[in-house]
Amino acid sequence: MSIVAPVPMLNYFGYLFDGANWHLSGDSSIPERLAQHVGYTLAALVISALIALPLGLLIGHTNKGAFIAIGLGNLGRSLPTFGLVLLLVVTLGVYLWAAIAALVVLAIPPILAQTYAGIRSVDRAAVDAAVGMGMRPMQVLLKAEVPMALPLILGGLRSAMLQVCATATIAAYASFGGLGRLLIDGLNRNEYDQILAGAIMVALLAIALDYLGAGVERAVVSPGVREQRGRRSRRTRSEGPAQESPAVSTSR
Amino acid sequence: MITYIGNNYSDIVSDLVQHLWLSLIPIVVGAGLALPIGYLAVRKNVFLQPVNNVGAIIYSIPSLALFLMIPGILGVGVLSPINVLVGLSLYTLALLSRTVADALISVQGQTTQAARALGYRPLRQLIGVELPMAAPVLFAGLRVATVANISLVSVGALVGSGGLGNLFTSGFQLGFTEPIIIGIVLSMLLAAVCDVGLVLLQRRVTPWTRVGAST
Repeated sequence: MSIVAPVPMLNYFGYLFDGANWHLSGDSSIPERLAQHVGYTLAALVISALIALPLGLLIGHTNKGAFIAIGLGNLGRSLPTFGLVLLLVVTLGVYLWAAIAALVVLAIPPILAQTYAGIRSVDRAAVDAAVGMGMRPMQVLLKAEVPMALPLILGGLRSAMLQVCATATIAAYASFGGLGRLLIDGLNRNEYDQILAGAIMVALLAIALDYLGAGVERAVVSPGVREQRGRRSRRTRSEGPAQESPAVSTSR
Repeated sequence: MITYIGNNYSDIVSDLVQHLWLSLIPIVVGAGLALPIGYLAVRKNVFLQPVNNVGAIIYSIPSLALFLMIPGILGVGVLSPINVLVGLSLYTLALLSRTVADALISVQGQTTQAARALGYRPLRQLIGVELPMAAPVLFAGLRVATVANISLVSVGALVGSGGLGNLFTSGFQLGFTEPIIIGIVLSMLLAAVCDVGLVLLQRRVTPWTRVGAST
């Protein structure tokens, strides 16, 4: 804070541009909050992917229990994330694992639903060809179905990642760390520059994570699959009334 | 659970009503803005990519961060309900402007050529041919946006206007699960009711899709 009466604009960014808040550790350290936030997000994402990916692949490959994937996907979209976090924290106690568990529960539906939808969207002729070439079921899944389903699978992971990152922000209300701490503390102390610092950092983190996801998608999706998807969506333009497509989005 | 509902009946009802308003006003505002923007993006092709990119960026910003950036831009108080309304309208706009563009692109081709050959002018073609043909995609987007908004409103409880989210914060402060469970259940029920309402509305305004499906 400067002694001269600050211009309102400068006051907005006082916290963000105060060098004291950029030390690598300590209570007001922005880098430490950022690291915590990334840590929570990745931990929850990895755990939920370990649960939802194999399950989604199994349901998609066998086409048994499809209602689980679709139903959970729809339920997950309407579940109020804030309520779920507080419910688990009140039930299990104010432990970090309770908050992470809530994030995992939120991340599973989009990953599961999109993995299932991805496997089902694979051209059956290609799967038949893979079987005809003598591939075992596991090879069919890993060498034919997964590569072609990859865009949708990664789309599910990306929307789960954004949702976890957003919900980790709200979890600060239940006295956890992460960048949400800046928002909640700023609200309690009525210091808008701290609120804005948190809001900007969280927004930048989410945008960066989403770009990272897009980069991974470009890197691992086979060029042939990408081209085919592009061709398919162009072809549908001239074919009669628009069809509903599975919406690839969840709430923040 | 029953006693909690009995003792707090009027609070729960007013939270529910506030929740409904906070989620539906942004849908109307966002959809109203998304139609011209999506239309423009399709007509003037140079806008298509920027509209999609800006939409994706807005949509990736976490809700609490978005709600709390708005007072700095609009100069309203941190606890003003305007923040939640504008924030959710932005999400709806970001989601639906892309949906509108995709939907309009999906009906181009033979259909619009036929309409033009029949002498339809652009506006009449849009209202009479393109929008009805695009209705299934538009409604799919509208349903996603509505359900997302209803589940997001509760975050607003942290900034003073949260509808059923108020039950979450009071439950947390008192250490009771009852209000939190009631809030979650009511929020999901509200989402389900609005979703069914939109499906029924879609069936009403696109009667031809049913005829096609049954033959």
